[in-house]
Amino acid sequence: MSIVNLSEIAERNAGFAAQVLEESGEDVRRCYQCGKCSAGCPVAFAMDYRPNRIIRMIQLGMREDLLNSRSIWLCGTCSTCTARCPRDVDLCRINDTLRVMAYREGIKSKVKNEVLMHDLFMKFILKYGRIYELGLALGMYMALPMNGIKDAGMGIELMAKGKLNLLPHKIKGAKELQQIAEAVKRLEAEE
Amino acid sequence: MKYAYFPGCSLHSMAAEYDHSVLEMCGRLGIEMNEIPDWNCCGASSAHSTNHLLSLAIPARNLSIAEEQGLDVVAPCAACYQRLVTVQHETRHDVKIKEKVNKVLGDRSYEAKNDVKSILDVLVDYGIDNLAAKVEKPLQGLKVASYYGCYLVKPPKICHVDDAENPMIMDKIMTALGAEAVQWPYKTECCGGSLLLSNPDIVLKLGRDILQVATDAGANCIVTPCPLCQPNLDTRQGQINSKYGTDYKMPIFYISQLVAIALGSHKNNMKLHKHLIDPTELLKVI
Ligand code: SF4
Ligand code: SF4
Repeated sequence: MSIVNLSEIAERNAGFAAQVLEESGEDVRRCYQCGKCSAGCPVAFAMDYRPNRIIRMIQLGMREDLLNSRSIWLCGTCSTCTARCPRDVDLCRINDTLRVMAYREGIKSKVKNEVLMHDLFMKFILKYGRIYELGLALGMYMALPMNGIKDAGMGIELMAKGKLNLLPHKIKGAKELQQIAEAVKRLEAEE
Repeated sequence: MKYAYFPGCSLHSMAAEYDHSVLEMCGRLGIEMNEIPDWNCCGASSAHSTNHLLSLAIPARNLSIAEEQGLDVVAPCAACYQRLVTVQHETRHDVKIKEKVNKVLGDRSYEAKNDVKSILDVLVDYGIDNLAAKVEKPLQGLKVASYYGCYLVKPPKICHVDDAENPMIMDKIMTALGAEAVQWPYKTECCGGSLLLSNPDIVLKLGRDILQVATDAGANCIVTPCPLCQPNLDTRQGQINSKYGTDYKMPIFYISQLVAIALGSHKNNMKLHKHLIDPTELLKVI
């Protein structure tokens, strides 16, 4: 049996925690591993690493494991963990930051549907200025035929109820949104 | 009372009945809603999952237009509300963020002078006693489980409701309308709405739990201010029933539908036919 000194590992890998702090404003050193976040998380049962482990893994510098995890994409951003943390750690915000990092680095998530959905979403927002739900649904179903078959009946039912618009609505300011996105890219490249 | 109105994408598609009933409710209360001209999508969960600054700048365009109108902004959609109020909060509390947002907004400016309000805030501003005084058709017989969802109440530092774990605002509104506000522990549990397209199986479990706890508490309907929660709980009941062998037929209302009906709007004018679970039988009791 070998002895692992976690404090040493945490110290050696402090760079990742510092990067998370820089991008999210959240200091994971505050966490004392009470587990309250995981106890209240509605999707913890489906996660590969539960919320309190996410924080512990940041402390230990386990960057690759986290950016490749299912957990960061399964998080439904409900902020229950954040609301309940006795140490004022905004875990929901940290998950945002981890997703942003993974997305920026083009890491192919194990929860492919999520990344695909965000891609399509952003495409529609920047193109039309508004969400085009039917286009989103069709895009998802074309890429994920299994889901499509399971959910096709639901789509037809919703359309019959007049719940989905057939055509996208384009706003006048769509161009302006594209310019905003360009400006964000430029600013981030400068930094 | 006069506000800038931000309907958001859901209220112009899946949740058209929410849009319609909010405007109907406000009309009856003499609250003026001026739709923000040429508003854009708030960015939803996709913007903040992929780029933080962009997730602030996209909704800031709307707030900036409303600021030109000199009005506080009302976003009935709980998810839009959370995105907009986050921008307001971050720009008010972080000068660097404010600078960056303004830089990428180009010719526009956003000073975060106006407030962002939820549909519950609007009713609180109006006054719950004043609302009670306007009731023409008390909702007697309705046993309502007030379901707030996540986005309108959390995170508590940004979303300012009375209590993030056991909010009472909507319960008080229901009581003012003459309904019974059933007390239950799942008021702010997540329904998984944001995972609907990508992970339907998780969503069915979360929906089942919420419907079961509401049923056990004796509710005969659920009311919500969230256009992710409403369709999620309404349209999935069939799938939930076949997966779990249950028999839920729980009508799910938007808060504005119940307020408008209590204020005298005819129920046939509430676009209730858009709901998959038909509330007609239930509404006969009032
Ligand atoms: S609730 Fe807060 S302190 Fe407790 S384990 Fe989670 S992040 Fe750490
Ligand atoms: S924000 Fe994410 S991690 Fe936190 S409780 Fe909700 S789903 Fe779980």
